[in-house]
Amino acid sequence: MFLLPSPLKSSGATLLALVLALCATPATARGVYQQPTEFINEVFGQQQNIAKLLWLSQELQTSIKQILGHAYPTLRLRYWHHDDSTAWVLEEIGKEKPITLGVVVKAGKIERLNVLVFRESRGSEIRYPFFSKQFYGRSLDRNLSLDGKIDGISGATLSVRAAKKLARLALYLHQQVTTKS
Amino acid sequence: MNKQKQTLIYAAVTALISTPALASNELDQLKQQVETLQSQFNQTSTTVEGLMQQGSSSATTIGGYGELHYNNIETETNGVVTGKKKEIDFHRFVLFINHEFSDRVRLFSELELEHSIAGEGQAGEIELEQAYVEFDVNENHTAKGGLFLVPVGIINETHEPTTFYGVERNPVEKNIIPATWWEAGAGMNGELAPGWNYDLAMHSGLNTTDGDIRGGRQKVGKAVANDWAVTGRIRFTGIAGTELALSAQNQADLAQGANADDNSATLIETHAIWNNGPFAAKALYASWDIDGAAPKAAGKDKQDGYYIEGSWKVRSDLGLFARFNSWDKSAGDASDSEEDQTNIGMNWWPHEDVVVKLDLESYEKGSTEKNGFNAGIGYQF
Repeated sequence: MFLLPSPLKSSGATLLALVLALCATPATARGVYQQPTEFINEVFGQQQNIAKLLWLSQELQTSIKQILGHAYPTLRLRYWHHDDSTAWVLEEIGKEKPITLGVVVKAGKIERLNVLVFRESRGSEIRYPFFSKQFYGRSLDRNLSLDGKIDGISGATLSVRAAKKLARLALYLHQQVTTKS
Repeated sequence: MNKQKQTLIYAAVTALISTPALASNELDQLKQQVETLQSQFNQTSTTVEGLMQQGSSSATTIGGYGELHYNNIETETNGVVTGKKKEIDFHRFVLFINHEFSDRVRLFSELELEHSIAGEGQAGEIELEQAYVEFDVNENHTAKGGLFLVPVGIINETHEPTTFYGVERNPVEKNIIPATWWEAGAGMNGELAPGWNYDLAMHSGLNTTDGDIRGGRQKVGKAVANDWAVTGRIRFTGIAGTELALSAQNQADLAQGANADDNSATLIETHAIWNNGPFAAKALYASWDIDGAAPKAAGKDKQDGYYIEGSWKVRSDLGLFARFNSWDKSAGDASDSEEDQTNIGMNWWPHEDVVVKLDLESYEKGSTEKNGFNAGIGYQF
């Protein structure tokens, strides 16, 4: 019979018990928190004909590069527009994987920011209201930056950075579609 | 009106009358063509978008960081200059290669070249600092196995140069914790409740007969594994800009059986980070308590240290900081072995992933003083 050395045996048993206890706790940190369609329905109810398509022209992509540090990897963006509100489902890579955010902008200010899908191993704390509520009421200044401070989360620096960029992007795109319409 | 003219007028009228009918047919054809083109265009756009997004969704990703340091430090003992250090060093060149085997299983690795050149008699070395496979147990907890960074302190796990102030890493975490510190074994981490995270690991241990903590790192190279260690950490990040953490580690015998008695060792580390807009503060305390005759004889049965740091981001790309460090690697005896170091300086980020650093340094231990400055440039990607 294979025998473990005693320090390993006691530590291993404790570790195993802890692991089993931890695995039994509820699961919510990584994955799909809300489907984009659910998010839009929650925001606009059953409003009809509000889905629009925005072509990302070279001019738009130039400003997007200023915000994200790179062009948005698509030709068109679907968005939803009703009265003075727009809703956007946007993605940006945190460390390695895209984070999907739903952002609602009303009259040039962020009204809601939800993490819809989180695929990274770390940094999912950005989905909590203590973080996302900091964005509410924020608008863009002349430099395409947010007009107020957003405190980060230790250990989630890159996820926080991605969320800030997408908030700025949603505000900028809102400006573009509401100014033109 | 002659007959020829009458014929021409008749032909023109007929043509005018019949034109709308022809235009209507053409319009239908054109409409159909536009619809076909629209459909083909949408299909093309969708395909192009798919290709555009494919580039950012590879299963294998590469990252890294690096830092070049210049140190200009003068040493004085009892007021007499005893040494001058003017040194430039590409301290760290690091590559991360990560791979996602599936949605639930992934590899993290970190390979580092220290001091630019490695080999027999050279200044540097090549080190494997991380190589572990992580498994999602469920959405809230992950397990890992392999070679990983020990979950303790502020910079041990997050030490890209753009993330901390000062050219050199702080001496308290370097000498007391001792960062950068990696071991091999198995562990778990995850979230217990909103804002509450934990880490738990059983891993290879240090190997030192006299309690020399930093020198006791075996770096998982044919490491003696008679005695393993267990490390746990609880971390609270439930308030934006705030982190509170407590780590503890125990190893049954730091000497791995080489001493006559067991040198059981316990590390306790706690830290707090606070950010409010442009202002930030950090404080860390770490302490070792080691049993056994040999560490006691060397005064190393107690070792501890702390640092406090305040910083102010004057602009989004420019920050100023001041840090006071105090540590004692032989606090167990009556000798005056406490070391103090103060750094004051700035970080400038010309890009969010690039940093230029400059700081003044003042060090004191007994009658020895070191004063000078450090400059550096670092990046991450």
